[in-house]
Amino acid sequence: MKTYIAKRLLGAIPTLIFISMIVFVVIQLPPGDIVTSPLDRMQSQGVELSSEAIQNLRAQYNLDQPLPLQYLSWITNFVTGDMGYSYLFNRPVNELVGERIGYTLLITLSALLFTWAVAIPAGVYSAVRQYSLGDYALTTVMLVGLATPSFLLALIVMYFGYEWFGISIGGLFSPEYRDAPWSLARAGDFLSHLWIPMVVVGLGGTASTMRILRANLLDELNKPYVITARAKGVKPLKLLVKYPLRIAINPFISTIGFLLPTLISGEAIVSIVLNLPTTGPALVQALINQDMYLAGSFLMLLTILTIVGMLISDLLLAWADPRIRYE
Amino acid sequence: MSELKSQDAIESDNILQVRNLAVEFHTETGRTKALQGVSFDVPRGQVTAIIGESGSGKSVTASAIMRLIQPPGRVTAGSIDFAPSGSEPYDVLALVDKDSRLEQLRGDHISMVFQEPMTALAPVYTVGNQVAEAILCHREVSKKVAWDEAANMLQRVGIDDLQRRMQQYPFEFSGGMRQRVVIAMALVCQPDLLICDEPTTALDVTIQAEILTLIRQLKGELNNSVLFITHDIGVVAQLADHVVVMQGGRVLEAGTVRQVLKQPMHPYSKGLMAAIPGLAPKGQRLATVASVVGATDITTAYPLTRLADGRQISLSPSQLKAFGHE
Repeated sequence: MKTYIAKRLLGAIPTLIFISMIVFVVIQLPPGDIVTSPLDRMQSQGVELSSEAIQNLRAQYNLDQPLPLQYLSWITNFVTGDMGYSYLFNRPVNELVGERIGYTLLITLSALLFTWAVAIPAGVYSAVRQYSLGDYALTTVMLVGLATPSFLLALIVMYFGYEWFGISIGGLFSPEYRDAPWSLARAGDFLSHLWIPMVVVGLGGTASTMRILRANLLDELNKPYVITARAKGVKPLKLLVKYPLRIAINPFISTIGFLLPTLISGEAIVSIVLNLPTTGPALVQALINQDMYLAGSFLMLLTILTIVGMLISDLLLAWADPRIRYE
Repeated sequence: MSELKSQDAIESDNILQVRNLAVEFHTETGRTKALQGVSFDVPRGQVTAIIGESGSGKSVTASAIMRLIQPPGRVTAGSIDFAPSGSEPYDVLALVDKDSRLEQLRGDHISMVFQEPMTALAPVYTVGNQVAEAILCHREVSKKVAWDEAANMLQRVGIDDLQRRMQQYPFEFSGGMRQRVVIAMALVCQPDLLICDEPTTALDVTIQAEILTLIRQLKGELNNSVLFITHDIGVVAQLADHVVVMQGGRVLEAGTVRQVLKQPMHPYSKGLMAAIPGLAPKGQRLATVASVVGATDITTAYPLTRLADGRQISLSPSQLKAFGHE
């Protein structure tokens, strides 16, 4: 088990290096750079800068150096904990990320828990009662949920929240708590706002999770080992949980890693609609404005989170399934 | 000479009496009758073998006895009277799902060894856990006691180094060893009846002999009744006291090993015996059942008739007359 963990940890390093290069290149791909849009703005206002001034401006941001050098200085700073400066927000990236990534993680993880809390019981029910009325009803509801884009759902929830309850449900805090220091009341206010992004982000994954669990469980339900256990006299509910469900759940553990990126990108769109102070909206703005340090840092952090998520799911799977542990 | 009726009371020397059992499977293409009018006895303390080709209904019969037929399958008629030692006899098929006797029936009074040891054990639990579970399902004992009893039984089926082996997972066992585990799991509660559903079919020949020896030896020690399902007539000759010949979901002939193997009366049984490779003259093409019987003789169903010597047979009245029976 220890060598397995060590192997997986070492394997993550080249992956991270490779992805950091791709991230850097992708950020550079669109024409123009961080000074382009301010220059355009100045030109439209009639201010003409000499080419020498432009050169100086670019040199100030290290933009005159060749790409590999730019990459190296970015990545070394990143590794030592300095993520650079955001020209867009005029603040260090570390500050911006620090105040946002916690909310992103919180929303993503609670959405994940929501997805499972709904999808697993529903999946078990529709597998055990295959082709029953309940099976069809659940499947229909889930597919509607799958087909509804999350931003649309967010808009609908906002509309009804305002129409019926008279509350504005954008953001993660009510106005009076937005800048208040943390207290019990503020935490309560936060939780009362959290459920909306949780449901909106989580609902998209619920249908597929339920259908996958249903299919997995149907595969397992009539396996010989289940019949052996039934012939042994194991009580029905214990039989279901201990044998087929226990094994049908394994593939889920391995999808934690895949789910995280989906949830994070789903979260970005929902956050823009709901006006949440998470990484998503800031990432989008940074990308539009070619704020390379901010965008790069967000992308890298999300990548690291995803890889860590994969790692955790691999380790959980090895813990849960002896066949993987012993390979 | 008499017909076998489902109203027959269970005879005291039988542990199990199957009468007119019928099982159907509902599929998209229609109903398939897997069993029709299946009747036979399992005498207490003896080995009864069911023989027949693939698809003759042997395994479905075993599943029906354990109440393991799942939809789309359904028992449509018949009775299975079971007389466990120390309790009143009852009809297995009449038990409702919540009856505590059904729980007791599975694993405690009747247990089963399956054909495929590679898949009969769950991959994610240790061997010790799965054998001990059989005890925990039926006895009010601590986990420690159950584990010790499981170790005891595993030792009796020939597994050594128990400290280590019981903590291992099924995939760390060879096929023969797994089948020993399945046998231990089936016998650990000392059932009155052990059903073996082709327990050696998936094993190679040398292991087959070992497993058969083990089953016979344990039967001698535990003095249980055995219902042994196989298509290997050699195994039947070695192991069984009684034989039931099945074909196409029906019982064609049933009797003692001597009666059925030495003097088969039903044309199909005769065909089966003629098709045993070892008994056929050398240098000749081996007979097939069809070449001996002809297809027409076995397609018509006749009710089972009990003859004066105890043998049961499914023949037309005129065929019976030809044998000198009225």
